[in-house]
Amino acid sequence: MAKYILKRILYLFLTLFIIATITFFMMKMLPGTPFSNQNRMSAEQLKIVKAQYGLDQSVFVQYIRYIGGLLQGNLGTSFQFNNEPVTALIGQRLAPSMQIGAQAMVVGTIGGILLGALAAIRKNTWVDTLATFISILGLSIPSFVLAVLLQFYLAYKWKIYPVALWDNFQSSILPTLALSALPLGTVARFMRTEMVDVMSSDYIELAKSKGNSSWGVVAKHALRNSLIPVVTIIGPMAVSVMTGSMVVENIFSIPGIGEQFVKSITTNDYPTIMGLTIFYSFLLIIVYLIVDILYGLIDPRIRLGNGGKE
Amino acid sequence: MDKILEVKDLHVDFDTYNGVVHAIRGVSFHLNAGETLAIVGESGSGKSITVRSILQLLAKNGTISKGEVLYHGDDLLQKSDKEMDKLRGNKISMIFQDPMTSLDPTMTIGKQVAEPLLIHNNVSKKDALKRAEEVLRLVGIPNPQARMNDYPHQFSGGQRQRIVIAIAIVDYPEILIADEPTTALDVTVQAQIIDLLKELQQKIGTSIIFITHDLGVVAGIADRVAVMYAGRLVEFGSVNDIFYNPQHPYTWGLLDSMPTLDTNESDRLNSIPGTPPNLLNPPKGDAFAPRNAYAMEIDEEQQPPFFKVSKHHYAATWLLHPNAPKVTPPASILNRFEKFKKLGGNVK
Repeated sequence: MAKYILKRILYLFLTLFIIATITFFMMKMLPGTPFSNQNRMSAEQLKIVKAQYGLDQSVFVQYIRYIGGLLQGNLGTSFQFNNEPVTALIGQRLAPSMQIGAQAMVVGTIGGILLGALAAIRKNTWVDTLATFISILGLSIPSFVLAVLLQFYLAYKWKIYPVALWDNFQSSILPTLALSALPLGTVARFMRTEMVDVMSSDYIELAKSKGNSSWGVVAKHALRNSLIPVVTIIGPMAVSVMTGSMVVENIFSIPGIGEQFVKSITTNDYPTIMGLTIFYSFLLIIVYLIVDILYGLIDPRIRLGNGGKE
Repeated sequence: MDKILEVKDLHVDFDTYNGVVHAIRGVSFHLNAGETLAIVGESGSGKSITVRSILQLLAKNGTISKGEVLYHGDDLLQKSDKEMDKLRGNKISMIFQDPMTSLDPTMTIGKQVAEPLLIHNNVSKKDALKRAEEVLRLVGIPNPQARMNDYPHQFSGGQRQRIVIAIAIVDYPEILIADEPTTALDVTVQAQIIDLLKELQQKIGTSIIFITHDLGVVAGIADRVAVMYAGRLVEFGSVNDIFYNPQHPYTWGLLDSMPTLDTNESDRLNSIPGTPPNLLNPPKGDAFAPRNAYAMEIDEEQQPPFFKVSKHHYAATWLLHPNAPKVTPPASILNRFEKFKKLGGNVK
């Protein structure tokens, strides 16, 4: 197991390096410059500023310099955000994004598992139809549309939650709900399909023949076995939630990373774009690693380091 | 002998896309204490559905439309699911056909074997696991102590079937229903499993209902045999009655299609022509009539009742009617009658 994780971490660095390289060159192809007041600067001034940020060198030299800095853990300083180091910038804005991201994943996954399980157990009844309807809504309504709807009804009309504010848990509820719709819908659909399959398998019949009650069968045998494919989609789902969060953060004025990401791209803030891309990639690779480890924990057949002794 | 289980006039219907399938059409039999009753018949004859009805483990679209299942005189069909839960795995338990898919792949076998004990008895987890280990040793899992925490995929097919048997007997059931427990196994392992079941029956004194389509297996384990066809019993009696004095043409066909020690290498094995009837529209008369070389006109018109052959031997064929013409069964069956005479039986 330890050997496996070590290997995965090695791959992690390799992947990050490849991502950094591709992003760097793609970013350089973006139109525009980092200097919003460029046309008011003289050629002389522009040259000085460019030299200051090392932008007068060829793209390749810039790349080598950037990677060199990266290896030392230096993500550079932002052009836009008060010349702050990018690492500090991410650090400050990480907490709100992580909070609503994690909350949305937890709510969505658990809610989806319950909804899907319920639909499977009550297959072909109104419960099933309703659950399917909810999960299709969750899948098809974009998070920013849902965010606006929630804002309008729950905050503006009924005044239950603040419209756009970031201070306590109360203010994180609406963005969490908006973001959790997608994972909820996805997990519910996967869960239902898998559980319908599992419920008709031989070992469920055997579990029933042992004298388990219907709920006992579900709790002890059906749930865990149905979770296996659900775990595999948590990784890709985390990606959707993270990308979805960028717009949602904007709608609810949450001082999160997503908002900053959008801004850095529109202003050609190269170090911030790079820093955030690498950071997001790192996060996702870690999520995938966790998912793979979880997978082995739930399904003993693919448990690592145990070999395939038959 | 005590009848511990009696099935009376059981009817089971399945609601399907194409209409209602009358899968079981009036099956009656009983099980004596300590005996092994084999139910034989080809695929789709309703053997599995019959025994699943006893435990009420039918698929959702199946309903028991008529009949009684008396367990010590108590009609199980009148019981609620909750009351049935108390019997399942405790008084009546079941061994399933396919050991490769019958075990929960994500639960250790120790826990799976201990589960019925924890459901039905007020025992600690530790005691239940200890008992599970004993039972695993009893069914012949080598080194059970070390293997309690292993998962099903770490065992071979034969071992898994032993584990499935361990689950079924862990709470010393009165009735063990074995639904084709050897079908998915290769022949040498089949023999081991049959021996194991016989041995366990001696040790814990359980009665067994054994379902199979393999007459060779029946000869090895059963005390009595019931032959099933198209959702009805066609003949039942002791093993000797069925093997050496069969009366129903379907039983003849089954036995005739089985190789014996007398079969020459060059002989072709016989098969029964045709296919079983579609039970969406069950035939009016004898369901076997269209495939029966000995069928008479009345077979098309009216279902034959059971005619008594001897004290415990009955067969549902019009050939046993006093007015029926005398027919000559296939040669292999005549050989069997000869053996029956040697066994001291009285052939009609």
